[in-house]
Amino acid sequence: MKTIVCMKQVVDLQQIRIKQDTREPVLEGIPVQLGDMDKNALEEAVKIKEKHGGTVTALSVGSHKLKETILQALAMGADDASIIVDPACDGSEPASTALVLAAAIKKIGSPDLILFGEGSTDNYSGQVYARVAELLTLPQITYVRELSVENGVVTAVRDMETALEVVKAKMPAVISVTSEINKPRRPPLTQILRASKKPMNVRSLADLGLALDMVSAASSSVRSISNLAPKQERKGIIYEGDIDEAVEKIMEAFRREGVVP
Amino acid sequence: MTGDVLVFSDRDEGSHELLTKAVTLGGEPWVIVLGKKEEKMIQGLLEYGAKRILNVPNVDPNKIDAESLAFVLSEIARGDGPDILLIRSSRLGKETAGRVAQKLQAGCVTDAIAMEMKGSDLVVQRYALGGNTVSSEVITTRKKVISVMPGYFEAHTVATPDGQVEMLNIPIPAPRVQLIERRTKLTEAASIEAAERLVCIGQGLSKKEDLVMVNEFCEALHAEIGCTRPLASDLHWVSEERMVGISGKKCNPKFHASIGVSGQIQHTVGIVNAKLIFAINKDKDAPIFKIADYGIVGDLYQALPKLTAKIASGRT
Repeated sequence: MKTIVCMKQVVDLQQIRIKQDTREPVLEGIPVQLGDMDKNALEEAVKIKEKHGGTVTALSVGSHKLKETILQALAMGADDASIIVDPACDGSEPASTALVLAAAIKKIGSPDLILFGEGSTDNYSGQVYARVAELLTLPQITYVRELSVENGVVTAVRDMETALEVVKAKMPAVISVTSEINKPRRPPLTQILRASKKPMNVRSLADLGLALDMVSAASSSVRSISNLAPKQERKGIIYEGDIDEAVEKIMEAFRREGVVP
Repeated sequence: MTGDVLVFSDRDEGSHELLTKAVTLGGEPWVIVLGKKEEKMIQGLLEYGAKRILNVPNVDPNKIDAESLAFVLSEIARGDGPDILLIRSSRLGKETAGRVAQKLQAGCVTDAIAMEMKGSDLVVQRYALGGNTVSSEVITTRKKVISVMPGYFEAHTVATPDGQVEMLNIPIPAPRVQLIERRTKLTEAASIEAAERLVCIGQGLSKKEDLVMVNEFCEALHAEIGCTRPLASDLHWVSEERMVGISGKKCNPKFHASIGVSGQIQHTVGIVNAKLIFAINKDKDAPIFKIADYGIVGDLYQALPKLTAKIASGRT
């Protein structure tokens, strides 16, 4: 079994501050980490490897910080990492990310499974795996909460709105997993220390044979014109202290607002 | 002038809000109907402004996979076909959006919460940075694929329905993902997405038995119960169908109460559109108070039963 897990480096969303006057997010200096569901995807790949043997490659596209961020994937059980670091990849438009990932997957060569998290922690567009599947003309199985492989066939339980769907497809296939599929392990110190000794392949767009204008055309297919915190026009009337008094005030407010008669 | 607009929804009634939006974007609204459809449903599509109803009869709408659906959509939209695709952002719709966009070499925005023409630009809004921000985006390619968040747009009938039904036979390659079994979830009668009143609980609740107390509060208010991710995913106190947030349900209640919810953005993105938000939390610095209209800083185990008693006595 050869599995590639596609992972995204994201900023720690809990640490984002919003400028009061302009409603702009402040992203400078915020630590980066691997996406939450990307870790579920990696955990699942490692579990499959533990059962069936094979290799797990962590693949990611992004800024120079990736060299450090991806170590976590190696500590969690990936055998090697493949990262594409190029100034042209600093943005994260799904169309260009998918183009780069698909080229990198071709370069790594013949995986049985390509795993993703259901959505990235920051933008949650859910586009990248579908685009990668199309670029590589592979079947896609999404929202997976149970996964098994046998004799070249992958069987999955998909979590849809009103039903669980059991589906199967011949490998290779592109899979996206939900956070219900497993609990990602916390690597022991020995694994963390060993991570930096595992192979890490750092490539540029040129190494993948991708023309810069092709990537920039894909990344400009959607242009962001603003990205601001939504206007909050809340009353912000908060009662502290005596609970009985607070409950009385809230009841008055509920009556005034028509919540209770 | 924009091109025509192609609408697809995997739920019949979901087409109506998409058609209403499509009418405002300029071109002719087209809508795809998979499989055999009843006259009443076709009539509904006409009333909401469909000009061309494309019936693809050789497809089972309950079994179609994303790859096949992307194929059908791209066959209709390619070349001189519609330039804008509005797809209901259900799970199937969303996973199809990226695939059809790639087929059409189109830019794509998923989970759109607002759309409007500004000059010749179609400006689409979506949540970004985990719900911290709303990003306004313009798709610059000629073909534009947008998956639209359900429930964010109103549906209105048109004054003079004027459309036609066409049969369309599209030979679809055999699906590569085979559906073996569908296990219907034990769905509860009410959907929290449509609830007028919603009460969400979080990790301020210390044990499962305390749900009784919360349920009494919900009953007094005639509210549905929802929860943050850990209560459904990790603790299994509440069914996952009631999980609210970026990876759960997005709700638009008139009244929302957050009980013991700290207010992390991944959760609050699912309730931020509520008309009125009330919160109880013992931590006065909890982020939930930043988006609350009314709040109590204090022990929910004291405050909630008192509120329930007062609300219930007012109703009798």
